[in-house]
This record gives sequence, structure tokens and C-alpha cells, in this order.
Amino acid sequence: MSAQTIQADAIGLVEVHTFQHGGPLVLQNGATLQNFELVYETYGQLNSARDNAILICHALSGHHHAAGRHHPDDAKPGWWDACIGPGKAIDTNQFFVLSLNNLGGCHGSTGPKTINPETGKAYGPDFPQVVVRDWVTSQAKLADHLGIETFAAVIGGSLGGMQAMQWAIEYPDRVRSCVIIAAAAKLSAQNIAFNEIARQAIVSDQNYLDGRYEEADKIPNRGLMLARMIGHVTYLSDDGMGNKFGREVKSGEFDQDESIEFQVESYLHYQGRAFSKYFDANTYMLMTHALDQFDPARGHAGDLAEALSAAQARFLVLSFSSDWRFSSQRSQEIIDALITARKNVASAVVESEHGHDSFLLPLTRYTTIMKTFLQRVLDEMREGGA
Amino acid sequence: MTLRGDLQLVQDLINPGARVLDLGCGDGALLDNLQRHKGVNGYGLDRDPVNINRCLASGVNVVQQDLDHGIGNFLDDSFDMVVMTNTLQAVKNPRTLLREMLRVGEECLVTFPNFGHWQCRLQIFLHGRMPVSAHLPHSWFDTPNIHLCTAQDFEQLCAAEGFRIIQRRMVNQAYRQQRLIALAPNFFSSYCFYRLGRP
Repeated sequence: MSAQTIQADAIGLVEVHTFQHGGPLVLQNGATLQNFELVYETYGQLNSARDNAILICHALSGHHHAAGRHHPDDAKPGWWDACIGPGKAIDTNQFFVLSLNNLGGCHGSTGPKTINPETGKAYGPDFPQVVVRDWVTSQAKLADHLGIETFAAVIGGSLGGMQAMQWAIEYPDRVRSCVIIAAAAKLSAQNIAFNEIARQAIVSDQNYLDGRYEEADKIPNRGLMLARMIGHVTYLSDDGMGNKFGREVKSGEFDQDESIEFQVESYLHYQGRAFSKYFDANTYMLMTHALDQFDPARGHAGDLAEALSAAQARFLVLSFSSDWRFSSQRSQEIIDALITARKNVASAVVESEHGHDSFLLPLTRYTTIMKTFLQRVLDEMREGGA
Repeated sequence: MTLRGDLQLVQDLINPGARVLDLGCGDGALLDNLQRHKGVNGYGLDRDPVNINRCLASGVNVVQQDLDHGIGNFLDDSFDMVVMTNTLQAVKNPRTLLREMLRVGEECLVTFPNFGHWQCRLQIFLHGRMPVSAHLPHSWFDTPNIHLCTAQDFEQLCAAEGFRIIQRRMVNQAYRQQRLIALAPNFFSSYCFYRLGRP
């Protein structure tokens, strides 16, 4: 019976596709990419009206592989498999789900590891600094390519939530609903500070070489590892860590290093080391800068409600009780601005001890809320309302 | 959907197209009806997860917020009407909240059970017991109602605070007005509706 259950809500095998954009893309900082590629995956079927598509925007270290498996023997499914699948919160029986790796990423889309046509060498640190708005513009080109005029929902957590918000502002008539999870309208000083510490960890790695490590055939592993360890601590809560590790001494489950005494140290080393093997340092710098710079209210004298005034989407804003990296207060600022702007918005604060990472987990209340909201969006579409 | 008796009356008191904030909106039935029938632009606040899901299912704009933490996040004059049905008696700071309601909204509408109803008086006076009735169904040990008041108490607070009583409806247990109630409202009505304006 358990095998059947797994079958019933698993997507199964998924394929990676590549979108090639032939023309130039002018970025917000004035730089131009002569062309670009985005890798993406899709789950579920696009209906004949082409109106049941959902766009998933990924966070700092995310990528296109959000659900399912590439090979039957993959150890783990995609990063948001808990929420995407048949009958799950983002139900692939009803929706066509699109997930991509953002521009500047290191999982196949055009980014620092791509060969710069002008030099014949990888861009490395010379890859132009993209911002959230550039991601949204490039995602819209992918949507055009797939024949998706309007998304039933644009959904994202953390940095992904910022992209979802930017979508609602930038393309009001292409977003029917917008789900912003554990995000903020702009980073707080504390949040930028954590990003800067993580960046400095990378910069001070002697293998970093001002970002030209690849040319020298080196990788700033230590720096990336440290950056991830710092990040990881901020993604968890004190209680969550306490319950998971307490003061237990290491078991050897994660790490064999003799200098490590506690289980939590061992876990952080393990997470940091794993990250440093698959993530690119230049992408990390670029993504964190994009996070820091996001502030849609900036062009409206700091008035977020004014920035959101063009949006037409129905919003759902979610946060988690123990998340201190993107706390409920930051979500409340978005909610208050949406109400001031007279937009349709619903919100919830989900009780969870797992901190910022909660948005990746299949917490019952969280998934129920998302499923209920998306079902309502679908009902309104069928009623011809909204 | 047929509305709870008190909500039907509240709906009648709200102008079409009004901007409405509903404090303790429950399952969102009032706002759902107001949106459908009166073209109201509304938001509801509630803290209960089950209620929030019901609101989401019916497409009501619900914000998870605990009224005991105040409504300081709402701007002055941002609503035409701030509604609070059958909740005043359950909040920590009724007076502060009433002041806040009239800051955020031009008017407010408050409904609550009248503790001055003769049945309540009788239960205390004759039986020496805390009253339990149709509008006050909880026993003393598990009631959410921590600030019960009589209609007269409420009007005294309004006078002290300078709240203007624009409209008042006193009803029986079936939410109907009766001739007897007009004679001695604080004695014969079991439930009351107040529409208040600023001083």
C-alpha cells in the first residue's frame, strides 16, 4: 500500500529542457546579453486554453529541478517535491507547473560559468549583475516561448517570493494570482549584513582570486562552505536546532573530522561541504547582491503601496512563526501595503519551529492553505470571475 | 448562503460599495455576502487557522491577525466601516480597540450579547449562577467572553469616550425587535447592535 501511495503523489521522471533566446536582453544595469539560455522543467499538462500554468521562482540556492527525479535511482527528488505533484499543494493533476534556473545561475542557465562570446572564456566575475527585475523579464520571454499568456499563479519562497511580487508589478495582466512565501519587500540591514558576511567568507578564500578561480583551475571551497554554514544557521531557528541536535556529540553520521565535537557542528560541515561541491561562488555573489538590491518601492519614494498599485493579482502572503531571517513582520509590511493599495490579499502565519527553511517543508497547515487558495483561483477562472 | 441572524442585520446596516474591515471575521460569511450582494471591498481579520481556510475557500480577503495585538498596522481613515460582530466581549482591551476602530474607520459597527437581559439577571438573582443562554452558551470555566457588559454599560462608555451612537438596534434571541424591548431595552433585549461615529 505504501508503494501505491508513493506512486500516487509522485511526479516520476522529469526531463530538463533548454530555452534559447536568440535576441539581445538589455539588463537593468545597462549591460546587454547578446543571447541567453534558460534550463527549465515542466510538470503536469498545459490545457488547451493555456491558462493553467504556474510559475515557480526559486530562491538563493535553488534551480530548475523542483520536483520529480531525473533517474529512477536519484537519491532525492527536486527541492520542492514536498509541495509539487499529483494531489499535492501545487497539484499537477490540475496545473502545468514551470520551474527554471534563473539567469546568472550555475545549474545550466546562462551565468558566470557560461563562455563569454566576446572573450571565448567563461564570464566568471564579469557576468553582468542581474537583479530580480531581469529575472522576471527573462522568465516572461520563456513564458512567451511556451505560449503562456497568463499564469494562474506565480509562486516563490524567500528570494523567489520577491520575483513573484515583481511579476505582479511588472506584468499585472499576466498574473492571476501571486503567492509570496517567507519573503520581504526589501531586506533589512541585518539581512544584508548576513549576506555580506557570507560574501566575505568567499572573498577571503585564497582560491577565490577575485572570482577568476576557474581560469586558475581552483575552487574556493572553504569560502563557499563557510558562506553556506552561516546561511544555514540563519535559515533555522534556535528551537529547531535545539530539537534536532541539542548538545549531542557527533555520531559520525555526517562527518568524520576528529576536531568536531557536537552533532550540530558535524551537520553544518556536511551541509557546507556538499554545497561547496555543486554551487558556483560567482553565482553566490550575484544572487546575494540581487537579494540585497530588491526594493520595488525605491522608484516610488519608498511607498510600497504605490509600487503595488498596478498589480491585479489575487495575493497570498505566507510566513512562518519561527522564521527570523524573513520574519512575519516583513510579510506584514507587504500585506499592509497591499491593503492600502486595495488589492485582494489573504495571509497566514504558519506555526513552525523550522525557521526560514519551513517554506520547503510539507507542513500540513502550509500545504492546506496553498492548496485551498489555488483551488479557489481555479474555481474563479472556471466561473469566469476574478 | 443564509447568514447568521446577527450578520443579516449587520449587512442591512452597511452601505453598498463601502470599504469594510471585519474584525474577527470568522468563516468570512459576512464579507462573502457583502462582496456578492453589495459590491463591498472588504478585508477580514481572524486568528483561527480553521476560519482562515474557510475564508480562503470562499475567496474572502482574510488576514491572520490577533485583535489582542491591536490594529495599529491600519492607516487612519482607511475604511468606511469597521465591523466587529459578537467579539467585543472576548477581546483583551475593548476600549482601546473601539478607539482604534474609529481611527481606522469613519464609522464602526459593534454587536454583542446584552448581559443586562432579564434572563441573565434572573439566573444570578434567583439561582446565584453565572448566566448561560442562547447568546451566552458557554459555562463560566470555558467561556472566551472576558469582558461582558450590559447595553447600559456600553452606552456609558460611549458617552465617556465621546463616541456618537448613530444607530442602535436591540433584539430578542431570534434577532427580532419587539415592542417590549422598546419599553426597557436593557432589560428585554438579549443582543444589541451599535453603529458608532467619531466624537
